[in-house]
Amino acid sequence: MLKVEDLQVYYGMINAIKGVSFEVNEGEVVALIGANGAGKTTILHTVTGLVAAKSGHVYLEGRDLCKLPAHKIVYLGMAHVPEGRRIFQQLTVYDNLRLGAFSLKDKAKIESNINYVFKHFPRLLERKNQIAGTLSGGEQQMLAMGRALMSNPKIILMDEPSMGLSPLLVAEIFKIISEVSKDGTTVLLVEQNAKKALSIADRAYVLETGKIVMEGKASDLLNDPRIKAAYLGE
Amino acid sequence: MSSFFSYLITGISLGSIYALIALGYTMVYGIAKMLNFAHGDVIMIGGYIVFTAVSTLGWSSGLGIFGAIFCGILGCLLLGVLVEKVAYKPLRNAPSLAVLITAIGVSYLLQNIALLIFGSNPKNFSSVVMFDGFSIGKVRISGETVVTIAVSVLIMIGLTLFVNHTKSGMAMLAVSEDKGAAQLMGVNVNRTISLTFAIGSALAGVASILLCSTYPLLSPYTGAMPGIKAFTAAVFGGIGSIPGAMIGGVILGVIESLSKAYISSQFSDAIVFGVLIIVLLVKPTGIMGKKLNEKV
Repeated sequence: MLKVEDLQVYYGMINAIKGVSFEVNEGEVVALIGANGAGKTTILHTVTGLVAAKSGHVYLEGRDLCKLPAHKIVYLGMAHVPEGRRIFQQLTVYDNLRLGAFSLKDKAKIESNINYVFKHFPRLLERKNQIAGTLSGGEQQMLAMGRALMSNPKIILMDEPSMGLSPLLVAEIFKIISEVSKDGTTVLLVEQNAKKALSIADRAYVLETGKIVMEGKASDLLNDPRIKAAYLGE
Repeated sequence: MSSFFSYLITGISLGSIYALIALGYTMVYGIAKMLNFAHGDVIMIGGYIVFTAVSTLGWSSGLGIFGAIFCGILGCLLLGVLVEKVAYKPLRNAPSLAVLITAIGVSYLLQNIALLIFGSNPKNFSSVVMFDGFSIGKVRISGETVVTIAVSVLIMIGLTLFVNHTKSGMAMLAVSEDKGAAQLMGVNVNRTISLTFAIGSALAGVASILLCSTYPLLSPYTGAMPGIKAFTAAVFGGIGSIPGAMIGGVILGVIESLSKAYISSQFSDAIVFGVLIIVLLVKPTGIMGKKLNEKV
């Protein structure tokens, strides 16, 4: 479904992504794990067009995305939950969700998507008319995920959904990611929390300073001694 | 007492014009994060367009007046969008100082174009308001005042509804807060910025007609002072805030009118800016300024 080929990204003179290739098949949960500064967020930003690639290709269902402006991507069925949530702080929860459905025209579809989001995130329904900036961190993460789901994505990219959350909330967020995946949405998950990410992913790639150094089935990686030493703290 | 009311109403009317101009400053600031100092000169150009239509082309009665008004507003709208495309868009990622200096450059350019075409002698703008006004007791209210206040109230209601209840309005709110996140939702940022300039400049067009109808001397520098006052009003109300610009404009107009009447007409501008300084000392974000209560 999503295929990235030999991606090179520069920030000025700095080569942040050095020829990364990976792919996400329909229905999979794929995790991209790695330490701070490995380039995980840069890859997601390049995939959705917020950062321009120097060379390489990003294909979504065979279509090259690199030439497309960022605001066109969501119309092709790819949603991005950005790092740090980036919800619209001054708007209400409900307006944030409506903006999530900006790419849709069908009112009935938008309504049913809102119900879908409220079903998965009952907390958002309780706080429907609250200003988003006043939500707690966990609720903001839920809103960012709900907002992305509003566009009916075929594939959803999630950047560090567990960042800064309590263990209880992390568990809840990961439970919801599994549910979303079961409902048929393909997931590309970027995480520092390797243990959690690998426990729900089908496959994973390990990123180190802009290069993929390992890949494989998530269950295999969980038991790999190198991964255990470097990322799982065992 | 009756003279107080008459000064008050003059102030509200003048303030409504400031508010319409201030909306352009505040919306553009909110969305493009830049101060468009050429905004005041768009007003002056609008005045000249209507002047040319009415006095030179002779569209001075009935439908002609509406044609002139329409051309004035449309001309301002197109000018605003053109200036954004030519002067500001190439600087989207430039430091804000470069954009600010460009805006000042555009301001002088527009003034000099007007100077070249129309000369430096002030023109006598004939009011487009066909309504004589009325009196309440001893207080005489002119047609221009009534029309100015009515038009401004309608525009403010319309604009508030537009921003909060339409898809394009929501897109504007989203872009003003986070351009990147707005793009991820599918919002075309460039188009939203153009739309903002179009609306702001069309409002400047309306303001120019109301301003010139009330104060009929038109020169290439007509837009400069109202532009600065409206900018002050936008800061006073809290730059970036639409209701703030409305309230700031009206308060500024009333302060100016009352201080002209009761304190000194020479000092009125100093008093207006003095009040601004005091407000900013007490509340640096302006009256309705957005305070961010972010949770991390």
